[in-house]
Amino acid sequence: MEGAERRARQRKIIMHIILVIMSFIMLVPFAWMILTALKTKGEAISVNPFYILPHAGWHWENFGTVWKSYNFVVLYKNTLLLIFFRVVCACLTATMAGYAFGRLKFPGKKFLFTLVLIQMMIPAQIFIIPQYLMVSKMKMLNTTFGLVFPGLVTAFGTYLLKTGYEGLPKDLEEAAMIDGCNVGQRFLKIMMPLTRSSMISLGIFTAVFAFKDLMWPMIVCTNAQTTTLSAGLAKMQGQYGSEYPTMMAAATLAVLPMIIIYVIFQKQFVEGIATSGGKL
Amino acid sequence: MKWGLAFVAPTMIGLIILNFYPFFNTIYQSFCKTGDFGKGNIFVGPKNYQAVLAASETWQSLWNTVKYAIIEVPFGVVIALILAVFLSKKIAGVSVYRTIFFLPMVCAPAAVAMVWKWLYNTQFGLINNIFHTKTEWISNPNIAWISIGIIGVWSIIGYNMVLFIGGLQEIPGDYYEAADIDGASGIRQFFNITVPLLSPTTFFIVQTRIIGALTVFDLMFMVMDKTNVALPKVQSIVYLFYQYAFTNGNKGYGATLVIVLVVFIMIITFILQQAEKKLVYHN
Repeated sequence: MEGAERRARQRKIIMHIILVIMSFIMLVPFAWMILTALKTKGEAISVNPFYILPHAGWHWENFGTVWKSYNFVVLYKNTLLLIFFRVVCACLTATMAGYAFGRLKFPGKKFLFTLVLIQMMIPAQIFIIPQYLMVSKMKMLNTTFGLVFPGLVTAFGTYLLKTGYEGLPKDLEEAAMIDGCNVGQRFLKIMMPLTRSSMISLGIFTAVFAFKDLMWPMIVCTNAQTTTLSAGLAKMQGQYGSEYPTMMAAATLAVLPMIIIYVIFQKQFVEGIATSGGKL
Repeated sequence: MKWGLAFVAPTMIGLIILNFYPFFNTIYQSFCKTGDFGKGNIFVGPKNYQAVLAASETWQSLWNTVKYAIIEVPFGVVIALILAVFLSKKIAGVSVYRTIFFLPMVCAPAAVAMVWKWLYNTQFGLINNIFHTKTEWISNPNIAWISIGIIGVWSIIGYNMVLFIGGLQEIPGDYYEAADIDGASGIRQFFNITVPLLSPTTFFIVQTRIIGALTVFDLMFMVMDKTNVALPKVQSIVYLFYQYAFTNGNKGYGATLVIVLVVFIMIITFILQQAEKKLVYHN
């Protein structure tokens, strides 16, 4: 028995070694991003000697410089507005449709839900050109509405919420029906609060997706004043690609807020993104 | 009855305007030429298709996309599976490891790609400096596609791992206990219990990742400069679509490229559905 225990412990040590090496590989790019952001350009491109840590002082002011010169306030604001409206629209429309598909009877229900499922199977790239042309025709290029546009409704969210509503016990609603509540009251007061966890998942998934998206903001918001963090980074790289500390400071500023929120709400984040079914 | 229709109305109207109309409109546009100054569509029949299918860059970028998937999917899945198995054992620091591995999932790919581009830098990059090499990670056409694939793997491991952990939790513990009593080694347990019972999860991940990998865009766009000589050997089909539809303003040609991609994905999906019946273990 002692031998078995020793072997189990050895196995655990090997697992830890592999996990630590993998963690190191995952973290090095982040570490290098921040370390480069704190160097002078001369240090960043110094090869002989090669500095891992900033040698001539830690240049925290790089962050302030990039913050001002690239107007990060505007980028943050645009990204936040995009996230806010996408999340509100997705949660609102999906919870209503999810409730109807999950709990109510109405004509054409099967057919309409099939449409929802079909949308989920079609690669989103096929929608982009006409979506762009619509936004352009409405004269909504370079606006928050243009950014939000493709996310006004969500087939995936509808599917997710439908599953959530289906899982709720029947008697709850029946009891309310006997008490004389109509559909609207039942939905708002009883059923909707119970699908909170699905809603949170959908909200997080929608927010992270909106934050990460690159192509759509590049297409509809070509103006540096109206675009998002992701597309803003692409613009900066095109203009100042070889200013390495500046670029890394910009990248840090772009990812840091989301990382902090993630670390605080880890459990919800992991669940929310994992339920996304690969749509991210 | 009225309630039901009223509740689904916003979503359904939205899907029709935002998705179903665009779907057919893209197909229509693939048979059209964008007029001068972006005005109007001129019907040209299958001309775009002839041009797209005759262009060697179409096939090259389709092949580039497949090559990217060949790196991202298998490595992303296998490494994630190993990590998930480790994290399912009772070992210290599970949540710390999980947080770290999942980190890239909440980062904008634009930023991730910028950082990796800097790591890969031939003269000043961290990788070449540590290993004392002068490898042209992203400008050598024979290497660049692998370098991009590595970023893809690094980005997706945490996501796949979390899905695997979910799948592993559903395997009843009794199977392993019985195997322990029979004296089966950890590796034999892995191949005889974990792999078959996890196969539905594995299949789901592989399928979604193949489709995800075939629509890759951000990494190529951010890492590869337009002047990079390796670009033709790396650019994905969605990258090509973006260039034609939005940089060159040739919407008809772009629409045709996206249709080619969708047809390709549908063929792959069909093949996967057939394979599912043979490969996945059903209880």
